[in-house]
Amino acid sequence: MNPFAVARQVGAVLLSIALAPLFMGWVAQCRAWLQNRSAPPLFLPFRMLRKLFWKDAVLAEHASALFRSTPYVLFGTMVLAAAIIPSVVLDLPFVLVADAIALVGLFATARVFIALAAMDVGTAFGTMGARREMMIGFLAEPALLMVFFNAFLISGSTALPSIAGRLAAPPFVVYPSLAFAGVAFVMVLLAENARIPIDNPATHLELTMIHEAMVLEYSARHLALVEWASGLKLFNYACIGFALFVPWGLASQHARPGTLVLAVLALLLKLAVAGAALALVETVSAKLRIFRAPEFLAMAFLLAVLGLLVHLLLGA
Amino acid sequence: MPAPTLTAQLLNGFAAGLLLISFSMLSQRRTRGLIELFAWQGAILFASTSLVAYSAGLRHLWYSAALTLILKVFLLPLILLRLVQRLQAQWDTEPLINIPTTMLLGVGLVIFAFGLAQPISALATTITRNTLGIALAIILLAFLMMITRRNAVSQVVGFLSMENGLFFAATSATYGMPMVVELGVALDVLVGVLVLGIFFFQIREQFDSLDLQNLESLKED
Amino acid sequence: MNIGPTPSLVPLLALITGWMGLGVAGLVRPHSVGVVARLIFPLGAVVALAVGLIGLGALLPGARPQVLVLPLGLPDLPFHVRLDPLAGFFLLLLGAAGAGISFFAAGYFRAGQGTAPGLLCLQYHVFLASMAMVVLADDAYLFMVAWETMALSSYFLVTTQHRIPEIRRAGFLYLLIAHVGAIGILLSFGVLQGGSWQFTFDAMRGQSLGPARASIAFLLALGGFGAKAGLVPMHVWLPEAHPAAPSPVSALMSGVMLKTAVYGFLRVTLDLLHTDQWWWGGVALGIGLGTALFGAVFAAVQTDMKRLLAYSSIENVGLIFTALGLALLFHSFGLQLFAALALSAALIHALNHALFKSLLFLATGSVLHATGERNLGKLGGLIRRMPWVAAMALVGTLAIAGLPPLNGFVSEWLLLQAFLSTPRIPKAFVNMLIPLGAAALALTVALAGYVMVKFYGVIFLGQPREPALAKAHPAGWLERIGLTWLALLCVVLGAFPRLLLDAAAPVTGTLVGATVHRGRATWAIAPIAPEQASYSGLLFLAGILGVVGFTFLAVRRIYHGRVRRTAPWDCGYPWQTPRMQDTAEGFGQPIRHIFGSAFRIERELPSPWDTSPRYRIQIEDRLWRALYLPLGRAVQRLADLVAVVQGGRLSVYLLYAFLTLIALLVFVL
Repeated sequence: MNPFAVARQVGAVLLSIALAPLFMGWVAQCRAWLQNRSAPPLFLPFRMLRKLFWKDAVLAEHASALFRSTPYVLFGTMVLAAAIIPSVVLDLPFVLVADAIALVGLFATARVFIALAAMDVGTAFGTMGARREMMIGFLAEPALLMVFFNAFLISGSTALPSIAGRLAAPPFVVYPSLAFAGVAFVMVLLAENARIPIDNPATHLELTMIHEAMVLEYSARHLALVEWASGLKLFNYACIGFALFVPWGLASQHARPGTLVLAVLALLLKLAVAGAALALVETVSAKLRIFRAPEFLAMAFLLAVLGLLVHLLLGA
Repeated sequence: MPAPTLTAQLLNGFAAGLLLISFSMLSQRRTRGLIELFAWQGAILFASTSLVAYSAGLRHLWYSAALTLILKVFLLPLILLRLVQRLQAQWDTEPLINIPTTMLLGVGLVIFAFGLAQPISALATTITRNTLGIALAIILLAFLMMITRRNAVSQVVGFLSMENGLFFAATSATYGMPMVVELGVALDVLVGVLVLGIFFFQIREQFDSLDLQNLESLKED
Repeated sequence: MNIGPTPSLVPLLALITGWMGLGVAGLVRPHSVGVVARLIFPLGAVVALAVGLIGLGALLPGARPQVLVLPLGLPDLPFHVRLDPLAGFFLLLLGAAGAGISFFAAGYFRAGQGTAPGLLCLQYHVFLASMAMVVLADDAYLFMVAWETMALSSYFLVTTQHRIPEIRRAGFLYLLIAHVGAIGILLSFGVLQGGSWQFTFDAMRGQSLGPARASIAFLLALGGFGAKAGLVPMHVWLPEAHPAAPSPVSALMSGVMLKTAVYGFLRVTLDLLHTDQWWWGGVALGIGLGTALFGAVFAAVQTDMKRLLAYSSIENVGLIFTALGLALLFHSFGLQLFAALALSAALIHALNHALFKSLLFLATGSVLHATGERNLGKLGGLIRRMPWVAAMALVGTLAIAGLPPLNGFVSEWLLLQAFLSTPRIPKAFVNMLIPLGAAALALTVALAGYVMVKFYGVIFLGQPREPALAKAHPAGWLERIGLTWLALLCVVLGAFPRLLLDAAAPVTGTLVGATVHRGRATWAIAPIAPEQASYSGLLFLAGILGVVGFTFLAVRRIYHGRVRRTAPWDCGYPWQTPRMQDTAEGFGQPIRHIFGSAFRIERELPSPWDTSPRYRIQIEDRLWRALYLPLGRAVQRLADLVAVVQGGRLSVYLLYAFLTLIALLVFVL
């Protein structure tokens, strides 16, 4: 195995970990601007993480080892996911270990662990959050799988770097099935990352929480790891979207350092646009009633399936 | 498989957009949103017909495209919007079967339409023959919308959307219908909407609501 | 027919006889728990391990099928036994799961449950022996004898606590449907012999039936084996019988017995019949997907922990039959590589399910032992009282939810890869409908995750819902051995999926004539091509553990590890009790809301003026009312009509005998 490839892979993962809180900060800034408020500083999430790591952890009296270890498991799964998704470089040696379906399984693992940790404390809020999160998850996961199925039909592979490579290669073709999959993917991104219209990440009312209700009991370093993992999850989803729908700008196998710098700049540009678009979508939408959320996700699922059918009919 | 030409890609894209809009109409609850979606459907139809007219070099299709633009993008949606405003029918009542089930039925109809269209597409000689399945699907989806809605305005939009699908099918299979037929159909549609508008007022006067289930009470027992 | 040397068949038959001998030995001191449980069951577990190893031996690259004719059976149809890769795979399954379950049972059975332990020992070991004989049988007669023995011994095991009427009823329903299925299988064999009246499997292999007859045989086999496996609509016995039986027996039934039905189906369709009809695969696929979705949706709304696991078994059996249907479909179109992929997925899922379902059932056995409660609404917080059982159950839960890097993920990954290859099928409508099957499969898998979070969370996590749970005692050492063995297998097989594929390869080679690609690296599997998809369980596990460990150490080194304990967040309402957590019904409420039309729900809601408000909900299977009750009533009416014959008067009976005599005289003379 090429040591340079391994070094590039590790570098890409570290870059993802470092950029994730920055992306969160950028989205918060865009939201503030669109809502005509003065924006929080861009590096606020980093300062918040530092503050949290230094605090004493306060745990519920009967929280078990599962509760205490879940933040580490969450962080670990999200870092591993970042190793599979091409954000800067195309040749990731880690792709031999897991493909897109394993990626969906990884997200499912994270979801199951956080739901179990929420149920561990034994209050009404935790179990409510777990129940709602599993309800959102069980509809979002098939939709994501169908999006990857669409990508597979066009590119012939379920390994994300191969998909990105095939789609970025000339000639440039507009695939209608990918358009359907793109709409479905955006809907799944909003649902899985607890954004409006499914969930409000800034709410303080427990009865309206989905994701926040599960992390209600975490504090200090545990909360820091959970927040970082959530930011990393959003970053990962953004990078999956880039790899599938905007795959240009990824450095290929025989890249010189100059190309790598260009690839990083391309990633930053894509993240800036994506963050602004996300903030825009959040600002113009209203949060759905909880039982309209399954309809929203069913729509995403069926759109992805429609994309499959359109591909099989049109051959595109 | 060689990459399709730009024209073919655009046509496929337009067809996919039409299908997406038909599906969104199935899940749309607001009447105003339905009418806006219908206007967009007309716009994409115009773009698609123009592209076919340009690339196949057929003049009569330009006239059809212009007719589509005037009628379906501007005139009909305006009439319907004004109707909705005067009737104050902004929201639809709950559909007969809930929305996820409707969408599942929709997907089933799409498969049916695609399967039917494949052997027919092989016989056609136009550049748009692949999209015949999508046209059939649009017709069936619009029919489904008419069946499962209770609000009168939604049913009219479904009827108009069905006509859109028919037009698209004609364009993709045989490069349009004879001009006489097209003008006749356009006139029928316009008159139909005007007459239905009058009917809406009558229904509302009689029952104080536009819920079509009230019409069932007219049956003699 | 090659009668080659039989180096492992004879020891295998000796081991099976040893099982029956152990069972009889239990009758020597029938009421002594010490001798029976602590001595005989562990011996039975060792025999199971040996059986599993011999099964593994039949899967090694150089092994050839071994055939033997026993001097038992009918005069012109002695018992034929055959050990080939298919039989070897299922023997491996039986041995691996059976060993763990037997160890657990050694620590589980107590006196005073209705049946004496010695009798239980006999029934248990006869059950194990009969399942092994089903897998080895090479002619229809031995197959049916072993099948019936399996059904009868499991019936007696299910009705261990026969003093309770519900358990008797569950046993009766089980036996009824088992026999309806057996009739289907018998008729299928009858069609398969094709007029030659030779009932050995070799003779049936040589027959070439026309498409109509072959289809009838296929449908009869699907119905017969489906009744035993629990496919919808013949599934109604599963949710009744599995909770009624003692936990080790539930584990054995759910983990191993359902797989013998899968074995039978495979033997008949791919080995005895020569598939050339594509719609066979389509039918199996459709029924499998429907069963899987049905099982998952119903499992989500259960309140009894063993019933929940029973419905989950229905779901997994549906997944196995989905994979089998896909394999048949590919096979009939000549796409043998993809048929091998789908078949591997089916076999591996059968093995995985045997392991993690047994693990979960055994864990519920420990919970039942410790608390006496089966109702999810009265459990909770057991992770603190029974940490070992909780840890093993966590492994089982993660495995059954199909999460990487455990073994459940491997079979689901393979199945999804097989579905991804379906657009290659050359038939028009089919290649559009099957990808929708992938969508339904994805939905089922996600729903299974939901169900398992409910299962684990309500039982082991949270606060105890009843004060009596504080007296729950942890599991004994024998029970722990059984649980640990199964959990260890789940982890190891998940980390080395190559072992699973290599075990399934000889079977797919003999049945469809192709094997999936082995790939270059030993630590990864790439069944079609490495560029298309690749997965490595070992590196995945290493990656997760590495990152988690590194993060933990880094945080501790750079910052600190101080912890304070306090009460949980109560939002300003300090009178929260443990009963305010989600109940089992509460956790399943979103599924009940979304899939409401699938159930038959009876609800009793309190009114605002009730002084002692009660909320009651009862969720039933629609098929019971729609299909089984009318069928039962029709049978009852028919029986009443026929009962007219039984007049009750002696002279009428003598008249019957007289008329029969006259008829015989007329016929013969």
